Amino acid sequence: MNQAVAEKDHYLSVFDRSEQGGAGPPWVRPLRHEAISRFAVLGFPTTKDEEWKYTSVSPILQFPFRPAPPPSEEGAAIAAVERATAIDLPPDRLVFVNGHYAPKLSSVRGVRERLKALSLRDAFGAAPDSLKPHLARYADYRAHAFVALNTAFMVDGAYLHVPVTVVEAYFGAPDTVYFTNGVTEIVAGEGAVVDHYKLVQESDAAFHVATQQARLERNANFVSHLILLGGGLVRNDVNAVLDGEGVECALNGLFLAADDQHVDSHTRIDHVKPHGCSRELYKGILNGKARGVFSGKIYVHKSAPKTDAKQTNKNLLLSEQALIDTKPQLEIHNNDVKCTHGSTIGQLDQDALFYLRARGIGLEEARELLTHAFASEIIRGIKVAAIRDQLDRTVRTSLGNQFRAKERGS
Amino acid sequence: MLEIKNLHAGAASKPILRGINLRVRAGEVHAIMGPNGSGKSTLAHVLSGRETYGVTAGEVIYEGKNLLEMSPEERAQEGIFLAFQYPVEIPGVSTTYVLKAALNAVRKHRGLEELDAMDFLALVKEKMKLVEMDQELLNRSINDGFSGGEKKRNEIFQMAVLDPKLAILDETDSGLDIDALKIVAGGVNALRSEERAMIVITHYQRLLNYIVPDFVHVLYDGRIVKSGGKDLAEELEAKGYDWVKEGGKAAPEASA
Ligand SMILES: Nc1ncnc2c1ncn2[C@@H]1O[C@H](COP(=O)(O)OP(=O)(O)OP(=O)(O)O)[C@@H](O)[C@H]1O
Ligand SMILES: [Mg+2]
Repeated sequence: MNQAVAEKDHYLSVFDRSEQGGAGPPWVRPLRHEAISRFAVLGFPTTKDEEWKYTSVSPILQFPFRPAPPPSEEGAAIAAVERATAIDLPPDRLVFVNGHYAPKLSSVRGVRERLKALSLRDAFGAAPDSLKPHLARYADYRAHAFVALNTAFMVDGAYLHVPVTVVEAYFGAPDTVYFTNGVTEIVAGEGAVVDHYKLVQESDAAFHVATQQARLERNANFVSHLILLGGGLVRNDVNAVLDGEGVECALNGLFLAADDQHVDSHTRIDHVKPHGCSRELYKGILNGKARGVFSGKIYVHKSAPKTDAKQTNKNLLLSEQALIDTKPQLEIHNNDVKCTHGSTIGQLDQDALFYLRARGIGLEEARELLTHAFASEIIRGIKVAAIRDQLDRTVRTSLGNQFRAKERGS
Repeated sequence: MLEIKNLHAGAASKPILRGINLRVRAGEVHAIMGPNGSGKSTLAHVLSGRETYGVTAGEVIYEGKNLLEMSPEERAQEGIFLAFQYPVEIPGVSTTYVLKAALNAVRKHRGLEELDAMDFLALVKEKMKLVEMDQELLNRSINDGFSGGEKKRNEIFQMAVLDPKLAILDETDSGLDIDALKIVAGGVNALRSEERAMIVITHYQRLLNYIVPDFVHVLYDGRIVKSGGKDLAEELEAKGYDWVKEGGKAAPEASA
């Protein structure tokens, strides 16, 4: 029996043993069952699967993960994370430790009464019917094994109703091995404005596989910012369906990978209705022996005339061993559209490097400065100043660690 | 301060500099003139440590040290400044940011403490006046979308802040209108001092009316074929380079 099958069986048997106690109203149970049966059929993806061509999940299969228990002491867990990161916690926040809501660390004072922010567990109790039409309805567990796995094992989560700006941030204690399998479902109703940020700063030994699935209705405006900084193996999918006329959608992404990190970023934008506008800018920075993947598909359906779509992917390779596979794709089924895409792979500009050195700035500092400048195009696009400054600091720190680690190593 | 002896250098196995000899003392201003492609910028870049150019023979002594062994940043920290003929555009990095990093690197090398934000601002404000530099430009990405004149002005402004011992100005006058030329030349003149030396590369005698050199050298085909006082520039302007080419051909025979 090969490892993929053995690991699949492992998760199936964990499900059998743990499912009885799973949280939620009665309608959740069949959902879990359906999801685990789909997982049983799909199995783990292999590199023969076009969508997983450049990312082998076999490192994840080395470990028989189980659903993580709630931490016995929330404070200790979060302290370890705080030591490892440079994040100031925002005033309104839902904090999850090992995937379980941590009420003592969370703060939803202003919003709770209006039912705007709840843990999934609490929402199951307080508003099961408002959840039912949405939960697991957008991210397709029937087609994607990791989404199925997430759906089958969901114990907790965040439920946000009519938020304007959301930051999802993932952290882990350094050097620990764990597996984050996340799903975020976003519905932007008619005319809604949603800004979504996701920061991934997992331990460098950890695995992170996640999907953000957005359904955008008439005249909605959706902006997604994805910042991937940490994690041994990271695979992130951002999918947006422009399912109403006049939707505006922007996907911005930045990933930074060093050492042996493997970071795979997939996006898919479906233009289903007329007059949709999408803008996508993804930038990758790879150092050491890191491997990066960008795969972005823009799919313009026949039903989407007057679509205006632009996709750009730029990558910076800082070392000779670093590698990026980039696959921008346009699939257009309507003639009355305006679509462009392009991708570049390059090294630091030697003229710029010399210019800075000729001013007295040391080689490593000059490289760091230019790398930050490359990244800053994404950071500058962040409208909320507090988030922009925080993410800029985080990216700077992360780059600084990388360049200084390199100096020490050489 | 600077002594260049029989310097040969090239790029991609193409010889460009073919035996340069030049001696620059503190306080002196040397002008280097010469036709397009004669090797002026190459000389400036070799002195600043650009690795694209390989030195195949000769030596350069700067303040008693072997200059060619130093990295570009060490040279800058030791007081060499190059005002680029083509200042590089760097999107995402402001002039202020570059200057602060540069100034602190230079200060650290000299054993001085980092300048705090207030002192840095005061210094910048003072030097901005020198070349009538616009504050708005300083906060923009360095040279990115700057006009030709703004780029050149920015170079001289940076020089003023970094206070070098040896400044090499590579065609700082090209692309400047007459008013900007006067401002930039005024800035350069204000920086002339007993301790500082300058090498001013230009095509036009016009600049040398404002920045009056102590010596003028003519570079032709990788060699200095004629040297003289400031009158040499006027003579060149009148007679053109054909006149020195004769000398250029004579030189190897003379040295053989
Ligand atoms: N990196 C390089 N690789 C190959 N050839 C080069 C390189 N840099 C300069 N050259 C060549 O060397 C010669 C001298 O170039 P340089 O830029 O030093 O001339 P210059 O005197 O500054 O000219 P200008 O007055 O036009 O600025 C030219 O023929 C140029 O094409
Ligand atoms: Mg030149």
